[in-house]
Amino acid sequence: MANLATNFIGIRSPNPFWLASAPPTDKEYNVRRAFEAGWGGVVWKTLGSEGPPVVNVNGPRYGVIYGADRRVMGINNIELITDRPLEVNLREIKSVKRDYPDRALIISLMVPCDEDSWKAILARIEDTGADGVELNFGCPHGMAERGMGSAVGQVPEYIEMVTRWVKTHSRMPCIVKLTPNISDIRKPAEAAKRGGADAVSLINTINSITSVDLDDFAPEPKIDGKGTHGGYCGPAVKPIALNMVAEIARSPETRGLPISGIGGVTTWRDAAEFMALGAGSVQVCTAAMTYGFRIVQEMITGLSAYMDQKGFTSVDQLVGRAVPNVTDWQYLNLNYVTKARIDQDLCIKCGRCYAACEDTSHQAIAMNPGRVFTVKDEECVACNLCVDVCPVQNCISMVELPKGTMDPRTGVVVGDYANWTTHPNNPMARAAE
Amino acid sequence: MTSPQTPGVVPHRLDGGQIAANFSDAQLPFDPHEARVAADRCYFCYDAPCVTACPTAIDIPLFIRQILAGNPEVAARTIWDSNIFGGACARVCPTEQLCEGSCVREVAEGKPVEIGRLQRFATDAGMATNAHPYTRAPSTGRRIAVVGAGPAGLSCAHRLAMHGHDVVVFDKRPKPGGLNEYGIAAYKVPHDFAQAEVDWLLWIGGIELRMGVELGRDMTLDQLRQDFDAVFLGVGLQGVNALRAPGEDKAEVRDAVEFIAGLRQAGDKGAIPIGRSVVVIGGGMTAIDAAVQSKALGAENVTIVYRRDQSQMSASGYEQDHAKHVGVRIVHEAAPVEIKGNGAVHEVQFAYTETTPEGLRVTGNGFRLEADQVFKAIGQTLGALPDGASAMGGKIDPTSLPAGVWVGGDCAPGGEDLTVTAAAQGRDAAEAIHAALMGRN
Repeated sequence: MANLATNFIGIRSPNPFWLASAPPTDKEYNVRRAFEAGWGGVVWKTLGSEGPPVVNVNGPRYGVIYGADRRVMGINNIELITDRPLEVNLREIKSVKRDYPDRALIISLMVPCDEDSWKAILARIEDTGADGVELNFGCPHGMAERGMGSAVGQVPEYIEMVTRWVKTHSRMPCIVKLTPNISDIRKPAEAAKRGGADAVSLINTINSITSVDLDDFAPEPKIDGKGTHGGYCGPAVKPIALNMVAEIARSPETRGLPISGIGGVTTWRDAAEFMALGAGSVQVCTAAMTYGFRIVQEMITGLSAYMDQKGFTSVDQLVGRAVPNVTDWQYLNLNYVTKARIDQDLCIKCGRCYAACEDTSHQAIAMNPGRVFTVKDEECVACNLCVDVCPVQNCISMVELPKGTMDPRTGVVVGDYANWTTHPNNPMARAAE
Repeated sequence: MTSPQTPGVVPHRLDGGQIAANFSDAQLPFDPHEARVAADRCYFCYDAPCVTACPTAIDIPLFIRQILAGNPEVAARTIWDSNIFGGACARVCPTEQLCEGSCVREVAEGKPVEIGRLQRFATDAGMATNAHPYTRAPSTGRRIAVVGAGPAGLSCAHRLAMHGHDVVVFDKRPKPGGLNEYGIAAYKVPHDFAQAEVDWLLWIGGIELRMGVELGRDMTLDQLRQDFDAVFLGVGLQGVNALRAPGEDKAEVRDAVEFIAGLRQAGDKGAIPIGRSVVVIGGGMTAIDAAVQSKALGAENVTIVYRRDQSQMSASGYEQDHAKHVGVRIVHEAAPVEIKGNGAVHEVQFAYTETTPEGLRVTGNGFRLEADQVFKAIGQTLGALPDGASAMGGKIDPTSLPAGVWVGGDCAPGGEDLTVTAAAQGRDAAEAIHAALMGRN
């Protein structure tokens, strides 16, 4: 079993799997169950300022997107930060951390956007023994209307300012949690870095309406006939999260800034993908809310097995390993030519490749007598759609044309690496010399 | 107290509760969630093989997708557009030989999309709306006679009525439905489904039923041709083949179709007398239906004897498995040579057969089976032909019919003798009649 021990900005945990700040981490009871189940860390549900706690709606807080077998693909929520008194949360955090000193325990914070509020809350959490703080600049619902959460996270200057306050008034490691509800994720990450953040975590939830009740004509989740936008998370958001993580990991301005990856992590593989794109730890919520805390055992064993198979002895050997291979479109090799190949032994003759190619792509698949589907190399642009829609794994593959052979579609002989920057059709093309 | 062991042919071998259970739905319908999961397995194939395999060419991928999208009533409409007997076919089609047998998932993994059950889910939902989905075109003033109120005749009548023609359907039986009402095992169509389906079909209007009227006895084809603008013959196969074995005339040697029809019409199925030992001779669906229902009534020993090998049985593999599952024994490659008994049958002498280049041959080896009842299920034949018509290959030769007369269903050539084939032929004949009458050939 590979060693999964993680050291993320000085915060140690036995594995990189943390529970994200969310309903599963709102109480001592839940967090103890999580640690017993094997979670490496927990980001405690966001605390607010002292005083009367926020209130939540008393109707549905969650909306859902299902697959056919009611498989949860995505959940959105309109739950606010913790609605329990601050002192209760602090007492519980202290108690849990005392009993689980080897686990990461980070406190998520969201208070009004003034220095005094941040100074006050930081003072209150100092003696809990928590390992760090996460600044919740992400929640897109409810609190944003009050000038907090994503209302801060959408303004890089505010992020920088608040982060600086936090670093001024606390010696705790500081993670800034970013909202994806922004056009360029690199800007808030840069702001966090300028403010002195030790790390960023992302993504927080995506603004969303999960569905519309077509009888009541109201969005879901629906409270007394009305609905509001909520934060979307779960497997459906993972591709968006992966890209945002990668953008920060590879940007010259933020390269090396530690990242805690969040967004649809459900299995070890999802976690490993986030890590390969630069995440030093991952945070999970929806999968735990769907299946319970025991899922972490699959993540632990799965990641260990993968690392053993790869010969990795430390998660550090995985973190960021795919970042050098994330590039801009303009640097992709335009002389890399592939053609679809259909394995006739595996083909079940459903014809989905044909329908997809004929109707929506390049008419590069022939339907022959006996439902035998073959690729027309002279038409195939290698778009991969046939591979994507084929229900049989490995039935259709993309086979690279060796250098020196002619692409029957273009009549051009496959040559050495060349990209758009030097392509003759590019008006901005610079000569290679 | 009677039991399966009681000698002779007696009613009430099982108690009422057991009988009711034995004749309840053979396959439970899907609930909405099951249907959605089953529907999600469909790959929405291009030029789907299941559609090609369906004699009525229902757009199966489309109706399954409509179920998946939460619209079973819309799915039902897709089914009925091609096959107005979609509900019956969902229950009785040999799907493993048709749509499901050609499903790419059957080929790939031996587990097809459950098209039959999905079709039942959709058509049940559609019928549960208690509304007929079709309206009639403006009246054409044309009148068409349909002889036979089975799947072929009613499929034809419905399509004609849709096109605005007025239809009179004649049938010699007291109830409409044909083999759906009289010829299919009771447990396959419980809750009087066949009549409910006919009632629903007739809601379109423009179809008049005249029951208890027989072609050749109460009217002639010539009269119908004079009185109507067109005639459709969907008279089915009304005769049964004989065993041609000595002793066939003994009491309790009966036609399986008659036994099956009697069961379908019986209010109290337990009151039907059944033998302790029942022998069914034949290899088709009728043989299976007779055997399974004999068992359901409480017969102790039920044996199907078929003269050829298993691969030649026309009953589907699913049906054969079902029969074996309920305790029916199936013996292949044996033919009856004598039925013995003093008045009533008490045993049947069989001889083993062998297949030779010259055909099937009876050998000198054999065995005897005790039998209180023998059901003959060795195929049905055309009854009396309408005047002027001639037969070809055991079916009415369409080319022998006078102008203005169409034919379809089991009495017509082409396809297997199945409800779905009859529905297709009736529908297609209606379109042909419509085109002929409206001058759009």
